[in-house]
Amino acid sequence: MTVRVGVLMLVHEALDRARQVARHWYRQGCPIVIHADSRVPAADFEDLKTSLGDLADIHFVDRRRCDWGTWSLVDATQAAVETLLDAYPDVTHAYLASGACLPLRPVADLNRYLAIHPGVDFIESVAIEDVPWAKGGLDEERFRFGFPFAWKRSRRLFDVWVKLQRAVGRHRACPEGLRPHLGSQWWCLTRETLETIRSDPERPALERYFRRVWIPDESYYQTMVRYYGRAVQSQSLTLSKFDHQGKPHIFYDDHLEMLERSNGFVARKIWPDASGLYDRFLRRPRPESPEWPQPKRIDRAFARSLDRRIRGRDGLYSAFRFPHPTRGIGLTAAGYAAFEGFDDVFEAFPDWAEKAMRLRMHGHLFGPDRVEFAGGQSSFAGGLSDNAKLRDYNAEAFLTSLIWNTRGETQGFLYGPRDTPEIGEFLAGDQNARIYAVSGAWAARLFRSGLGAQSVRKEAALLQKQEAAHLSRLRWAETRARVRIWTLAEFLDQPSEVLQTLIEENGPTVDRPMVNAPLMHDLTGLAGFLQDLKNLGMNPHLAGDVAEIAGQDIPKAAPRIVL
Amino acid sequence: MDAGPQAAFVFATFRNEAPRLPYFINYYRRLGVGHFVLVDNGSEDGGAEFLADQPDVTLWRTEAGYGQSRYGVDWLNWLRSRYGHNRWCLTVDCDEFLVYPFCDTRPIRALTDWLDASAIRSFGTLTLDLYPRGPSDELRSGQNPFEIAQWFDTGNYQITKNAAYGNLWIQGGARARTFFANTPAEAPALNKIPLVKWHRRYVYASSTHMLLPRGLNRVYEEWGGEKTSGCLLHAKFVETQAVRAEEEVGRQEHYKEAREYRAYMTPGALWCDWSEKYLNWRQLEMLGLMSTGNWA
Repeated sequence: MTVRVGVLMLVHEALDRARQVARHWYRQGCPIVIHADSRVPAADFEDLKTSLGDLADIHFVDRRRCDWGTWSLVDATQAAVETLLDAYPDVTHAYLASGACLPLRPVADLNRYLAIHPGVDFIESVAIEDVPWAKGGLDEERFRFGFPFAWKRSRRLFDVWVKLQRAVGRHRACPEGLRPHLGSQWWCLTRETLETIRSDPERPALERYFRRVWIPDESYYQTMVRYYGRAVQSQSLTLSKFDHQGKPHIFYDDHLEMLERSNGFVARKIWPDASGLYDRFLRRPRPESPEWPQPKRIDRAFARSLDRRIRGRDGLYSAFRFPHPTRGIGLTAAGYAAFEGFDDVFEAFPDWAEKAMRLRMHGHLFGPDRVEFAGGQSSFAGGLSDNAKLRDYNAEAFLTSLIWNTRGETQGFLYGPRDTPEIGEFLAGDQNARIYAVSGAWAARLFRSGLGAQSVRKEAALLQKQEAAHLSRLRWAETRARVRIWTLAEFLDQPSEVLQTLIEENGPTVDRPMVNAPLMHDLTGLAGFLQDLKNLGMNPHLAGDVAEIAGQDIPKAAPRIVL
Repeated sequence: MDAGPQAAFVFATFRNEAPRLPYFINYYRRLGVGHFVLVDNGSEDGGAEFLADQPDVTLWRTEAGYGQSRYGVDWLNWLRSRYGHNRWCLTVDCDEFLVYPFCDTRPIRALTDWLDASAIRSFGTLTLDLYPRGPSDELRSGQNPFEIAQWFDTGNYQITKNAAYGNLWIQGGARARTFFANTPAEAPALNKIPLVKWHRRYVYASSTHMLLPRGLNRVYEEWGGEKTSGCLLHAKFVETQAVRAEEEVGRQEHYKEAREYRAYMTPGALWCDWSEKYLNWRQLEMLGLMSTGNWA
């Protein structure tokens, strides 16, 4: 089969580029019909005509004013189709392009592709119930309502009209047998299909319906090819990507390699000043090639940018992303663990945690005097300072920055009732937080200070009040952190099980290191100390059952844990 | 001012910045800026003479006190309404260099065209202080200041939302870490909205940190997504002749600033073990200091 492609060009700006591209098509044997929007200034239009005047097979159809989303675009396309079909009986396919389309490959490649797909219409055509891109909130309403007003020019009227129709539940009758389909405006249709559409006696009735549909340029031909039961390959031969608002992505010089690798025939939309692309594809056209298009290669790049715009990077707070706290968006970039009270009962707990759980283990990150970064550093990843005032100026920003800056390395830190209390609320609400608390463990520290119950009584009361508030917040139903709390008594009863839990939930799942259990502080006499506090009227209830502890022989070290 | 209506204009005030000016002008020329509207606040170092010879510079001169006109905000507001109406206006200082996604391959016109097509009127940035590792060499006239100041802080910024204007208020970075650690509330604001499709009824409220109407300050997303944004590389921490001159003159309104500056310029004062060396915009994008958003 001998293929001859005619090109229909809709232009409205960047006429120099349109002229360049028209010449390019023409040089390769394509007749061209151009529709220029009537908003193109008359002088510019005359320039375009004159500059292409030496080419016999270039035609211009009457200019119309084309408003985005309205029938005028289909009307212009139809006029161009008429001219093309009538003037060139040997044209087998019509390729609809815009002034911002750029042919990437020789027309000979396109001809061969069309020749091995005889009678096939290349047009993206998706039934509206299957359309995943619901853009602008108008889905099937595009077809149910009428749209006499241009969205860009008369936004207010447009909106009012839509609301009105919604209110009265309008449902325009769809012509018998028509199943609305949507798809890219840029198609390549066979002569037979276009002849069938234009010569159908029912055409006036069908058009009456489409004249009031929203964005008919993306639905008229897309629906018609189905209506007439043509062989449809639901795919546009023009590479064209749309963002979340339905706005076409623009190609620039730095997309050159990607466009080449795509093997597409045509791409849009090209930035008019992308001279690198125009030079490459028009002045030094590529040799003919047997490769067929691979649009997936382009899809990936644009899918990433869509994800950036819609979801963004979890746990990132910046000049361009500041998620509202109540909207259930991830608060931090990665999981981390907070250990409360463990340093009060174990010697060198951070060292042990770092080895046993392979965490980057800090001391009291929110300590009252300074930030205890791992290794005692005065600054840390990202340029975080160990200054407590700077940290507390915005404690949440400090923590989210720390987690963001250390992506790929899990952080752990100590927390306790002496530390900045404000961050507790944030920890509770963060699904990435894992909180392990031995409640009342501060009592062990007070005991070890050797000062006696009388002199630490006041401090004990303060710490308990602080911790009680924190723990009760952790127990709310709204808490999203994973929380495990043991009383001091429970912990002392079975310390190795507590450690086992920490390792299971935080340590590596494979290739677990062999690490000895940490040494416990000598707590002989703790029970008596707690009883003394109680006798002074300060009941250390968070520590658990004092009597229970009193009955026990508290070990100096937790038994060796075999992991 | 014969650049086309689509060309962005730069608006800036300066005073005794002669060594900085040639690179400043060249940097933005390379990005494709159409014209410079500059206000010289009484320079005495030949900078104005250099600018007078540039074909794409319109120079205004004043002797009025810088402080009296709120650090030049009022002058520039007037000049923008006069020359920037319905045009993309980039308001920066001579030591601020805009970096936006793809700025190494796409001129600023590509960005503003895309913003226009997306019906976006303002473009937000984070000010990124760059500093030297050790003592600063003196900037040669026309030299790229980032050959001297190459380091920056990647992840120590604090953000709150300013309810009155709807903008983000960002502090932190190297200066907060070193000189404002004990008085963090006084650390300088780093949020800036320097690029705006200007309308004569718009007005910057405080430097370029925020403007009116409030909608222009919404350069960030609150639903988790990221809006396309850039960074303003800040080349303040580079030794220049001009600073010395300023100190010698000891003008009242600049005196405190000069003393502060001297502290910053103590060798190594701003540098720390976690400082990052500046490479390019992609590095800043990966670090989360700017975003391509949906511009691909």
